Amino acid sequence: MRHRRLSGVIVLILVLASSLLSGCAREQDDERTLTYWASNQGNSPQQDRRILNEEFEKFTARTGIEVNVEVIGWGDLLNKILGSAVSGVGPDVVNLGNTWAASLQATGAFVPFTEERMQQLGGRDRFLETSMSSTGMSGRPPSSVPLYGLSYGVFYNKAMFREAGIEQPPENWSEFVDVARDLTRPSQEQWGMTLAGASYTENAHFAFMLGNQEGAQLFDSNGRATFASPRMASGVQRYVELMSEHRVVNPDDAEIGSATEAVGNFATGEAGMLVAQNSSIAAIRAAGMSDSEWGVFPLPTPDPLPDGGEAVRSHVAGTNIAVYRNSENKDAAIELVKFLTSAEEQSILNEKYGSLPVVSDAYDNPAFNTDALRTFSRILAESSKQVPMIPNENRFETTVGAAVRDLFARAGTNRSVRSEDIAEALDEAQQKMRSGGGSTR
Amino acid sequence: MTVTSTASTAPPSGAEPNGSRARRPRISKRSVPYLLLAPALFFELLVHIVPMLGGLWMSFLRLNQFFLREWMSAPFTGLQNYRFALDFDGAAGVELFQSFAVTIAFAVITVGVSWVMGLAAALFLQRSFPGRTLLRGLFLVPYALPIYTSVMIWKFMLDRSDGMVNATLSDLGLGGERFWLLGNNAFLSLTVTAIWRLWPFAFLALMAGLQSIPTDIYDAAAVDGAGLWQQIRTITVPMLQPVSQVLILVLFLWTFNDFNVPYLLFDQAVPSSANLISIHIYQNSFLTWNFGLGSAMSTLLLLFLLVITAGYLMLTSRRSRNA
Repeated sequence: MRHRRLSGVIVLILVLASSLLSGCAREQDDERTLTYWASNQGNSPQQDRRILNEEFEKFTARTGIEVNVEVIGWGDLLNKILGSAVSGVGPDVVNLGNTWAASLQATGAFVPFTEERMQQLGGRDRFLETSMSSTGMSGRPPSSVPLYGLSYGVFYNKAMFREAGIEQPPENWSEFVDVARDLTRPSQEQWGMTLAGASYTENAHFAFMLGNQEGAQLFDSNGRATFASPRMASGVQRYVELMSEHRVVNPDDAEIGSATEAVGNFATGEAGMLVAQNSSIAAIRAAGMSDSEWGVFPLPTPDPLPDGGEAVRSHVAGTNIAVYRNSENKDAAIELVKFLTSAEEQSILNEKYGSLPVVSDAYDNPAFNTDALRTFSRILAESSKQVPMIPNENRFETTVGAAVRDLFARAGTNRSVRSEDIAEALDEAQQKMRSGGGSTR
Repeated sequence: MTVTSTASTAPPSGAEPNGSRARRPRISKRSVPYLLLAPALFFELLVHIVPMLGGLWMSFLRLNQFFLREWMSAPFTGLQNYRFALDFDGAAGVELFQSFAVTIAFAVITVGVSWVMGLAAALFLQRSFPGRTLLRGLFLVPYALPIYTSVMIWKFMLDRSDGMVNATLSDLGLGGERFWLLGNNAFLSLTVTAIWRLWPFAFLALMAGLQSIPTDIYDAAAVDGAGLWQQIRTITVPMLQPVSQVLILVLFLWTFNDFNVPYLLFDQAVPSSANLISIHIYQNSFLTWNFGLGSAMSTLLLLFLLVITAGYLMLTSRRSRNA
């Protein structure tokens, strides 16, 4: 009798447990509905949703496949992708920052784009070579394909240039610093340039670009971090010096945590220059600055380039698109990728977002023929370099980005930033990165 | 007599007849409490104990980006994650230690100041005066505000260029132009924000405790010539001890584990002077995708808090037994 009661309790618990677990189980997906996690490309998630839904109506009309769009901010995207990779519950198709391509490829969460699948998309050759270089580890089929192309360029305020008597954009780094100095008038709250000193992603990008100009090797052939070098240090020094030594950057910028805030400083005329990606164009417009008021030139390099230095003016920036391995609807998902990378949609979407098409056959659209976008697309195609496509890339961004952020904090609080400090900060970052605590396979 | 016999034999109208009741399995009185507890126990296991054991198990695995998707097959590495976290010769171990020291300082200061402020406010409001209820309500506002809102307000106030703190300081001729969210000042900002949020709880608990102290003790003390300060020291504080004991423990556990305040105040740019241990663990698992290492650090934190709690309870219960 006692046993019977005990087993009764156990049965009760099991029934409760099973009902809970079945509650967790994924609902059976509708065959013809895809879930799409879109990154936030426009001014707001609402705008993104509107733009995408308009295009997906065409897609649904042609293929009968419905698309359920969720727009996810950049701050949350990586964590959400990680979460869905772990749980196996997630969307069918997802956007990702292209610098994460190799790190996310290592998780095995995405379907590889084999030669056959690339043929479905019209072949590898359609895509820009530089954008294609940022899609996964070399020697493996890409785990994502490019979707929106971006590159860095220097935005400048034409009126402020005129007022300071600057007739043409600077061509090398020392001219760049001189121009910034000419624009700086602290008493009028006007600065030569603005930057996001507390954003670790931005900082890591600048360390990468300027370090490469100095000829720094970030990783050896085994993917081991080697960035704590004098060359890398002089690249980082050039960036931090803009605030500490040349004083052409407002110390307040040491607190700026996102590129968007820096865009605000530029658009309101508090700073004459801004090094940013072309995705900022939309934000500059939204802040009330019309297209005729600003111009763009490529990020200058030292002249002459240091021994072994490369004329890197941007990293290969942009957004990629990938298909989840857990998707129960892979064929439809590939169909969606094909739609979004088609010449027609590339032309429409990139025009609306102010980004660059990643396929060469979409450049016929006159919208991409403005001076600014021609400059950005030339930078992307000719003088940008992909960040190392190794699984540890995300750790490079966090460790180096945080180190540079701390250096800006020093510079902002009026403490000197000597080259020893920079070397030490990089060395610490490298130690952290190397001793990743089992960050290898 | 008739009444009792009716009650015991004839069921109330509408109930089942006697025959079916006999066939139903009888639940004995002894199993009722267990049956009532079972759902709670089950959910406690599900929500607390199972994830904790899961975390413990994860801390022995090499659970990084290569194994996230098939985490069931992540390789077992024994104590390697612990060895790495506690290797004070390496950069990571030193950072963990620094973060631990910052957290201890933060928790001790926050709890201490909150307790003192709570007691002062509770004593102040004990006597009746016009506007007392209003003031009491006002004091509780920080605790009632949603944490996100209150911390974001502090973030705006502490901004260097157009924050209220710097503006006030420069109006008073005390400088200004200072970074409150960078460098070593960040610790101060973090502590002040946390105290502001937390002290109303101490106030609330101590105010309740004060109600239980009989007023005639104070009267007797006053007759014996004890001043206000003496009364507080010899009557109020000792008699509040049972409340304070629990309060301080709870506050300590809350602040030691605080994640929200630093995370909201500094975003992802947490300066090392405000790098609390929970933030450190988050960054070591979510930004670098090394969940094995993060779990090992969490387990160490759990062990530390268990030791502290057990030690504190042992100490305070012995003291109160001696008293």
